[in-house]
Amino acid sequence: MKLSKLTTAFTALALALATSTAVLAANVTLLNVSYDPTRELYTEFNKSFAAYWKGKTGDTVTVKQSHGGSGKQARAVIDGLEADIVTLALAYDVDAIAEKGLIKPGWQKELPHNSAPYTSTIVFLVRKGNPKKIKNWGDLIKPGVSVITPNPKTSGGARWNYLAAWAFAFHQPGGNEAKAKEFVAKLLKNVPVLDSGARGSTNTFVQRGMGDVLLAWENEAFLAINELGPDKFDVITPPESILAEPPVTVIDKVADRHGTRNVAEAYLNYLYSDEGQKVAARHYYRPVNTRIPTRLAKVKFYRIDDKAFGGWQKAQKTHFADGGTFDQIYAPVK
Amino acid sequence: MQNNSNATITDRAQTEPAFVRRALVTIALIFLALFLLLPLAAVFSQAFEKGLVVYLEALKEPDTLSSIKLTLITAAVTVPLNLFFGVTAAWAIAKFTFPGKNLLITLIDLPFSVSPVISGLIYVLIFGLQGWIGPWLQDHDIRIVFAVPGIILATIFVTFPFVARELIPLMEAQGKEEEEAALVLGATGLQTFFRVTLPNIKWGIIYGVILCNARAMGEFGAVSVVSGHIRGMTNTVPLHVEILYNEYNYTAAFAVASLLAFLALITLMIKTFAEWKVRQQLENN
Repeated sequence: MKLSKLTTAFTALALALATSTAVLAANVTLLNVSYDPTRELYTEFNKSFAAYWKGKTGDTVTVKQSHGGSGKQARAVIDGLEADIVTLALAYDVDAIAEKGLIKPGWQKELPHNSAPYTSTIVFLVRKGNPKKIKNWGDLIKPGVSVITPNPKTSGGARWNYLAAWAFAFHQPGGNEAKAKEFVAKLLKNVPVLDSGARGSTNTFVQRGMGDVLLAWENEAFLAINELGPDKFDVITPPESILAEPPVTVIDKVADRHGTRNVAEAYLNYLYSDEGQKVAARHYYRPVNTRIPTRLAKVKFYRIDDKAFGGWQKAQKTHFADGGTFDQIYAPVK
Repeated sequence: MQNNSNATITDRAQTEPAFVRRALVTIALIFLALFLLLPLAAVFSQAFEKGLVVYLEALKEPDTLSSIKLTLITAAVTVPLNLFFGVTAAWAIAKFTFPGKNLLITLIDLPFSVSPVISGLIYVLIFGLQGWIGPWLQDHDIRIVFAVPGIILATIFVTFPFVARELIPLMEAQGKEEEEAALVLGATGLQTFFRVTLPNIKWGIIYGVILCNARAMGEFGAVSVVSGHIRGMTNTVPLHVEILYNEYNYTAAFAVASLLAFLALITLMIKTFAEWKVRQQLENN
């Protein structure tokens, strides 16, 4: 009798506690749809943000992640994957979502630095000791050098690779569009296989042992070294390369329907905080806040907005649309 | 008479010189070892490369557990539905004549001839936000694609021929005399089904269900298209294996893959047993 009374009291107390916390603190779930190489970055960042948000509001926020090729992910969001946030490889893919009315126009001006809280670039991953002496883009077209890069039709990273090579040739003394096209054509002749995504290419280079050099996102190259052994590969940062600005944005339509706009915006702003920037730096992204120290080598950057390209819309049309320069110069190696 | 002629044919076939027979058997065995046993061994050796503790740790990871749960749910919904559909369709086709019968047989085979990617894509085209009824679904807060219902739909589509395909030839071979006899003796339709038809096709059903289940748990292409790849929510076991592999988590990837390999082995065993029983049943008739 006494015992059962005690139990009842405890149950009541537990119930009261449970309801009171339920009233005070909400459970929020966000879905961050991202591209392939950011898995490790966001796994750590999500934990950091959840702790920050708990401290600030008392709410428990769980951020779910989905990763894949940037273009494919954008397509999934267009088809109804309910992302509160996208963090993709290039602005072109976010533009595609905005075109369908899911994001308000002018999204890229909502956050500092073109809505890119971190930047990255394209570097070379080579076999240990760099036996083929690959130092700069010019070395990639030498005969007998086998280059691994994914297919720019399907992979965001591969488009950056392609454009980086193009920019290099374009900016050489006496460089022009025809010279750049010729250079990239020569480079593609050295590519034995085009995988569909960045991780696929990394696996081809690392696991299957194909190729002398992998063109990779800077963070992917360092991650591959850390995961698979510094005794097998070296990262070569070329003295000049392209500046990649992977943009982030709230999917307005979805966030408003979910009622998650506040926390979604806070999430993206937190990427710009010192803590967020440090997490990015730890995962070998280049923080936009120059006060945050980085281990990455200085590079002379070309930009997608330079006159060589004229922005993503134009670059996409010129180079990667059907019949564009890529189609003109790429013939699979037989 | 018939047995006699069968025997002569068998005898003639065995008059081939011994070395030819041995060469054929050797080629078949080498082929089997190279393409089936070697990869299977590779999966298990990679999975246990770092020991049993690491293997079990990899399986206990929350995202892995959630993918196993999703795969089990998918199979638990898909297999009974396709069992019901398969038995109904096979019964209709084998025991009755009706207009459009050949069309129905062709349609049942459709998922076999369509690429799994297309099987997934049709659901995105119907239920996706840019699709026919996507906007209506969104207004009513119903999620089909990039959620569990889409995964189940795509799986039902790719697995629905298995049970029917297995039962149709079996039931056709058995003919309808026994059912007719039961009806003449005064049994109702349901009694006939449960007491006469069902015992006759029992092992055929088990065979079909096993194959259907294996495919439901192992399907990659169609499910990949409709999944949305949300970690801990919409990744099935095969999709999770790919993710782990892409994250350089090779031991975990092979550990999870070994679950599918176990499933394949168990399927194979039950399948062989069921096949044997089906043959027996046909011979008894």
